[in-house]
Amino acid sequence: MAEYPDRSQYPAHLPDGSCDIDLSSGKYLKLWQGPNHPGITGNMSVELTVCGDEVVEGRTHVGYLHRGFEKLMERRTFIQCFPIVCRICVPEPDFNEYCYAAAVEELAGVEVPEKANWIRTLILEMGRVNSYLMYLGGQAGAFGQGVIGQWTTYARDLMLDRFEELTGARIYHMFILPGGVRDDLPEGFDQRMEETLREIESTLADVHDTMFRNAVFKKRAMGLGRVDPAWVDEYGVTGPVARAAGVAKDVRSDQPYLVYRELDLEPVIAHESDAYARADVRRRDLLMSVDLIRQVLARMPRKGPVMATLPNVLHWKIPRGETYVRGECSRGEYGYYLVTDGSGYPRRVNVRGPSYTHAMALLEKLIVNVNISDVAGLLVSLHTYPPEIER
Amino acid sequence: MSVRDVLSPFAAWKHLFRDPVSIKDPFNREASERYRGFHQNDIEKCIGCGTCEAICQNGAIDMLPVSGVDGVQTRPGDSGLRPRIDYGRCCWCALCVDVCMTGSLSMSNAYKWVEADPDKFRYIPGVDKKHWDDYEHGYRRPEGHRLNAPERIEMPELEPGERIDSFAEIVGGYSVEQARLEADRCVTCGICVATCPTHMPIPEYISAVRDGDYEAGLKLLYDSNPFSQICGKICTRRCETTCAASHEGDPIAIRWLKRHITEQVPFERYRAIIGEPAAATGHSVAIVGAGPAGMTTAFDLARLGHKVHVYEAQSHAGGMTRYGIPEYRLPFDTIQREIDLIVSMGVEMHYNTRIGADISMAQLQQDHDAVVLSIGLWLGRSTRVPGSDHRNVYKAVDLLRRIRDGEQLQAPKSMVVIGGGNVAMDIARSMARLQQQQHGQIAITLTALEDKSHFLADPVEIKESIEEQVTILDSRGPQECMVDDQDNLLGLRTWRVHSIFDENGRFAPSYDDGDEMVHEGEWVVEAIGQMSDVAILGDELTEKLDWNRGRIQVDEDGRTSESWLWSAGDMVRGPDVVHAVADGHRTARSIHAHLSALDKQENA
Ligand code: SF4
Ligand code: SF4
Repeated sequence: MAEYPDRSQYPAHLPDGSCDIDLSSGKYLKLWQGPNHPGITGNMSVELTVCGDEVVEGRTHVGYLHRGFEKLMERRTFIQCFPIVCRICVPEPDFNEYCYAAAVEELAGVEVPEKANWIRTLILEMGRVNSYLMYLGGQAGAFGQGVIGQWTTYARDLMLDRFEELTGARIYHMFILPGGVRDDLPEGFDQRMEETLREIESTLADVHDTMFRNAVFKKRAMGLGRVDPAWVDEYGVTGPVARAAGVAKDVRSDQPYLVYRELDLEPVIAHESDAYARADVRRRDLLMSVDLIRQVLARMPRKGPVMATLPNVLHWKIPRGETYVRGECSRGEYGYYLVTDGSGYPRRVNVRGPSYTHAMALLEKLIVNVNISDVAGLLVSLHTYPPEIER
Repeated sequence: MSVRDVLSPFAAWKHLFRDPVSIKDPFNREASERYRGFHQNDIEKCIGCGTCEAICQNGAIDMLPVSGVDGVQTRPGDSGLRPRIDYGRCCWCALCVDVCMTGSLSMSNAYKWVEADPDKFRYIPGVDKKHWDDYEHGYRRPEGHRLNAPERIEMPELEPGERIDSFAEIVGGYSVEQARLEADRCVTCGICVATCPTHMPIPEYISAVRDGDYEAGLKLLYDSNPFSQICGKICTRRCETTCAASHEGDPIAIRWLKRHITEQVPFERYRAIIGEPAAATGHSVAIVGAGPAGMTTAFDLARLGHKVHVYEAQSHAGGMTRYGIPEYRLPFDTIQREIDLIVSMGVEMHYNTRIGADISMAQLQQDHDAVVLSIGLWLGRSTRVPGSDHRNVYKAVDLLRRIRDGEQLQAPKSMVVIGGGNVAMDIARSMARLQQQQHGQIAITLTALEDKSHFLADPVEIKESIEEQVTILDSRGPQECMVDDQDNLLGLRTWRVHSIFDENGRFAPSYDDGDEMVHEGEWVVEAIGQMSDVAILGDELTEKLDWNRGRIQVDEDGRTSESWLWSAGDMVRGPDVVHAVADGHRTARSIHAHLSALDKQENA
């Protein structure tokens, strides 16, 4: 038990060697950033202890958004969980749909039609584009550049139009369900998608000029929140945060799922490992997603079913088993751990969102010595979505 | 960092001269064709099965009675309920649309709705009129996208070639795996229960099949139908005609699943599962006729502790199931097991005992607290066309009885059957087997008044008859059984049927005499309906009773105008096993109430 600090002494003498802060000295000040703060993605808060305008300690607090999804799912039939899961991550919901469906399919022994896998891949890449566009706006905004967010929101809106015509909804698509996907591509989809992709590319070119080649952004983001490559394994860092540190981790190429084996992709990496490098990795990854969408549309089969024959979902019982299904979302490795016990309900569902490690453990480490005005920028540079922390 | 990093952000200025990208009139933007917006429901198509309510994980759907609105009726096949959607709860997942059994529910692409009163966001689509009711676009269940299998698991059966020269049972019965898959298709809505004359707990026993809990299933069966083994084979299965699954696929094979349960439980276990009868009450009831109605009454009353005596003119119990239904559909041992079970409840059987000859109604009245008359319909009706009194013109019921009694009938080389119901099919197919055995070839023509789309027989019977080489002719009205001067029967002469009923709906066939056919046959068999042999009642009782068009008049519980006498089964309801069973239950309930009232009077 000696591992844990004596709470009566908190925060002094922490066994991890962090600094001894005497608040009564008048030298330090406690500040709360969030839970509602424009620089915070979603609802979480950071409890800062500052000395002057420098952070000496930061603690993350979550729980403002807890909706108990994992528990709810234990009281839902397998099909009834399908509409719930997308809500675990608002900006990029499709990974929840995919991972949940894939886990259920694996344990129930359902074979998904080939074409459904291509459409699933398409949707996941579309979702990634959206997630990155939202991020870019947020990242620029956190450093005071409002206009970028307006442009990327426009580009994202176009992609939402594509989502709407394909899935019947803009935000919560509820399209990838156990067994396949709901429907085929609508008529003329390819062409409209190509127009959207071109518009996104041109927006990105402008973003590149205004944000990435911007002295202010460079000055503030470069060197901010450096992640040591050694921490990648130590902390379970994944996704662009790891790739910006030079670690070429990408589930799409490391353990290809869906149809990634048949697509040409190369993990995007950088070495500086600071906020700027992370933003740049995401920008280039976004362009790769645009390319992947084109590849999918060019190579996918156009005939065949998109949905497997399911047993009657109203009393679908799945044999005892457990599995972990993963995929590479815009923030890193997204995974579903599903345990079934032979009944009509999941025994346990555990959602692994990358935000958990990034926003909790990593942030607390990176935040020390950061200027208060850069805290928001640092936080956004880890690209966290609190809903996936609080499942 | 370089000068470029200072200058290049000025690229943003070019956006200053761009047209705005926002939509001019966002309030009237039409959503995409597949958009999942407010619900629509085709109120005529919907049957109120409530499957949408069952799948909605948000509890956004309540099934509300709307009977009387827009032709919605509470009736077999339609619960009279319709889904009401609460948009404070709905998450637009459309699972309700995906699972809808009739395809009536869909979603429009309307997504805007402004209202000051939050309670307004709850409405019954299709009943509460909305402007998006006839929106053309919105989410419809895509073709081929199903959340339950639409096709029935096929029943293993003998091929026509294998079955035609014997009376071996045609249907093989499901394997456990097949039954489980078929049971899996049921959505547990209960629409069928209302249609089943005896209201068997269908979804519950289908669940028992799914769970492999056959003993629980058997208990459910016998609590509602003591003829479960028999009904599992030959029930007319009204339930399947209303099954929710039949609207966009095959109905659940309810009858075969019932059969499967009875086959899975060893017969020795039946008695223990059904349970012991109640302690003796000291009352005694006489039942005339050991058919399904009489034996159901006997079963129920015996379980309630009353002493039951059954009087049967034939040597075996079962009534029409024993003497009217061919063995290839219903083997003897199935009937025997059913009867043994009922008798084991303490029912006393008196075989070969004919009312009027061996014992009188008056005697029964004297010896018992109540008497049930359930003598069925054993007299075949005649067409009364010229020549129908020839010795080679037979009634189907008589022939079927002789065959089932084991008589070695000498089949004619050719034969004509008049009638389009199940009895006509039964006799045609039985005789086809005898012809095949005795002559090696089949020559049977079946002529029915109805046209093909209005045949009274079960479609499966028609299909199998054709497979067995019976020639079926529709819309043919019998005119004459043709006899030559040597008094040999030559066959049947028919005219094409114009219409069967007159404008008042009365039976009054009209014919087209220009379209005449002669069907050769050494025999002609009439299978056009049956009557009850009420002569056995004796003049005195006949005089006393109230009658309605040749049938004894009974109240809704089956009681006649004589307070000690009940009447049940085919003779009051028309021919059908499961109706007879339902009637038996009704009669037993009424008699039990009567006997309990007697007890009360005595104790008072
Ligand atoms: S769309 Fe989904 S949430 Fe809404 S009523 Fe239908 S099943 Fe329920
Ligand atoms: S058998 Fe058909 S009508 Fe009856 S509960 Fe099942 S699906 Fe509903």
